[in-house]
Amino acid sequence: MTLTADLTPTISAASAAAATKTKRIIILGATSGIALAVQRQLSLQGHELLLVARSPERLATLQADLLTRGAQQVFTYSADLASIHQHASIFDFARRTFPDFDTVLLAYGSMHDQKESEASVDTLLEELHVNFVSATAILTLFAADFERRGTGCLAAITSVAGDRGRRSNYVYGSAKGALALFLQGLRSRLHPAGVRVITIKPGPVQTPMTDHLPNAARFADPEQVARDIVRALERRSPDVLYTPKVWRYIMTAVQQIPESVFKRLSF
Amino acid sequence: MSGQSAASLRKRPAAPPPVKRIFSWGRYPKITHHFVHKPAWNDQVPEILKAAASGSLLPYGLGRSYGDSCLNAGRELIDCCRLDRILGFDEATGMLRCESGVSISDIIDTFLPKGWFPSVTPGTRFVTVGGAIANDVHGKNHHCAGTFGAHVRQIGLHRSNDGLVVCNSEDNSQMFRATIGGLGLTGVIAWADIQLKRVAGPWMDAELIPFQSLSAFFDLTRESNDRFEYTVAWLDSFAGKNARGIFFRGNHAADKGKEFHSRRGPKLPFALPAWMLNRYSVKAFNTAYYRLHAARRGVAVVPYDSFFYPLDSIRQWNLLYGQLGFLQYQCVIPENNIEAVEELLECIAQSGMGSCLGVLKQFGAAPPAGMLSFPRPGLTIALDFAMRGERTLQLMQSLDEIVRQSGGALYPAKDARMSPTLFEASFPRWQSFVPYIDAKMSSSFWRRVTGAP
Repeated sequence: MTLTADLTPTISAASAAAATKTKRIIILGATSGIALAVQRQLSLQGHELLLVARSPERLATLQADLLTRGAQQVFTYSADLASIHQHASIFDFARRTFPDFDTVLLAYGSMHDQKESEASVDTLLEELHVNFVSATAILTLFAADFERRGTGCLAAITSVAGDRGRRSNYVYGSAKGALALFLQGLRSRLHPAGVRVITIKPGPVQTPMTDHLPNAARFADPEQVARDIVRALERRSPDVLYTPKVWRYIMTAVQQIPESVFKRLSF
Repeated sequence: MSGQSAASLRKRPAAPPPVKRIFSWGRYPKITHHFVHKPAWNDQVPEILKAAASGSLLPYGLGRSYGDSCLNAGRELIDCCRLDRILGFDEATGMLRCESGVSISDIIDTFLPKGWFPSVTPGTRFVTVGGAIANDVHGKNHHCAGTFGAHVRQIGLHRSNDGLVVCNSEDNSQMFRATIGGLGLTGVIAWADIQLKRVAGPWMDAELIPFQSLSAFFDLTRESNDRFEYTVAWLDSFAGKNARGIFFRGNHAADKGKEFHSRRGPKLPFALPAWMLNRYSVKAFNTAYYRLHAARRGVAVVPYDSFFYPLDSIRQWNLLYGQLGFLQYQCVIPENNIEAVEELLECIAQSGMGSCLGVLKQFGAAPPAGMLSFPRPGLTIALDFAMRGERTLQLMQSLDEIVRQSGGALYPAKDARMSPTLFEASFPRWQSFVPYIDAKMSSSFWRRVTGAP
């Protein structure tokens, strides 16, 4: 198609593709709302993707979409990231597909109604398992590979909810906060090997996960959040990304509130 | 695990608060919805349809319908914007398969760099494919390309009773013709196959010609329709029957030498106070618009976005009309009825409620693609009127009378107030559409014009 070259400047991202090197990127939880937006932008830049999620039908839909939008290659693997016994096969497939993968983005999570976790220990444990335990398990597999090769970038989506335990959302918040702590230690461990670890802390974003919350219409646009994430993946900094950026300042302020006051706040 | 699972769709509170933030483009009428579903995947739609009460649902896209055809007061919407994947594209033929929430804007951004463009595009790029089909939208090339529906080859339709029904001009052909222009009432479009067309690049050879009478407009149309793919005119609605305006015509340019950058325009942040649009300011706007464009008469190579979508350059321009919103009046007057057109323009000029946006376009003779398609041979006129209560509605009623007597029709996608009588006169065969309506679907518009429950 000769026309393509002539018209490339119509999409600024397409011209950026020429500038950035094609990367092999693994997305864990490819059907989550934020991952969807991130994958679109990575495709526009012409990267190669490996998508992991449960539903084979949804993965097939995404594969067709992202290939048409410019991804060099899109591989899919259907598995349940919440069941740790499937992690070894996920990791094997990833290594066989992309022996020298550049980036891993962990994007899955679960947000039950807090009240359900208060009423049921099973729900509480499931929430902690999905958001924290299973995440640390799969990250550990990929971290070892990056460490051995002495290169790469490991990014995981946590939440601003993990910065302070709130009455209305502390179960989800504590799982995400624990994940952020885990990433902090992992970053320090992998730093000497030259491996980057990014903690992504989005504010509330308009995704299927948050549709049921009040004021969901005012949450951040997933595309904006995805732009911040993609930029962070390309650069050498930051270690901790707040997106939209204003949440860095909001959470700094929230963390200053003394516990004696904070415990009386109902949000 | 993750929140987009089917289970999360059930995560709705027992008695959700009414949803107030959904408007049509005219921001009139102001109604609330009981609930808005936002499926992220086509596999979630059957569950939504199954759980719904009879006549409770309506698919919703980018909300660019002006009146109440995209609203479902007191009931539920299925917001299809997250169903926005491209499912396949044939680089050899230009056949695109995509989900219903993909926008024309997205199609252009994705396929224009490869040398393809929508065969028909309305005056805004911010419509979904589902909305373009449901309203069988038309563009500046109606005289040679027909409507959007004429370029749809196949539709996959979620039906509450029959599951996914695939329809085209051979299989389930009546369902196909009902869905094109079917106002979203026949089901939820899962995907559609759409024929794109080859273009050389993003540039247009455009020409601007001022005209000072309706007969001059007709002469220009006659002279242009063979040579130009796109024709349309802007009309000064204060000029009465001595219509003056600017005639735009153009073709896709073969020239693709210059580099092209899409611009993102400013955004109107809030509704302007209603008094800012009054007969003096609007009249002054019309005069200025005419003089400015008359001075720029002639031929130029322009980017496609300013040629097709001048209004998209101000995002949320509908807020210009203030809190009360506005109504658009788009009718078609059958051919050779120049008197009716003059009468219509005279009536508007005398009311002093003229609009900034007056559009004239001659439709071609293409047979309608859908059962309820609006375009038919004749002259179509579209005008915006700020909502000023009873007197605005009264003016429109007197326009209705002229349209009805001329044997013309009103466009449902633009309407918020036409009477059942005028609907019947506009679509005399609407009863034959009724059997194809999905039992779970209804809309504010449909209940208003047909008295359906």
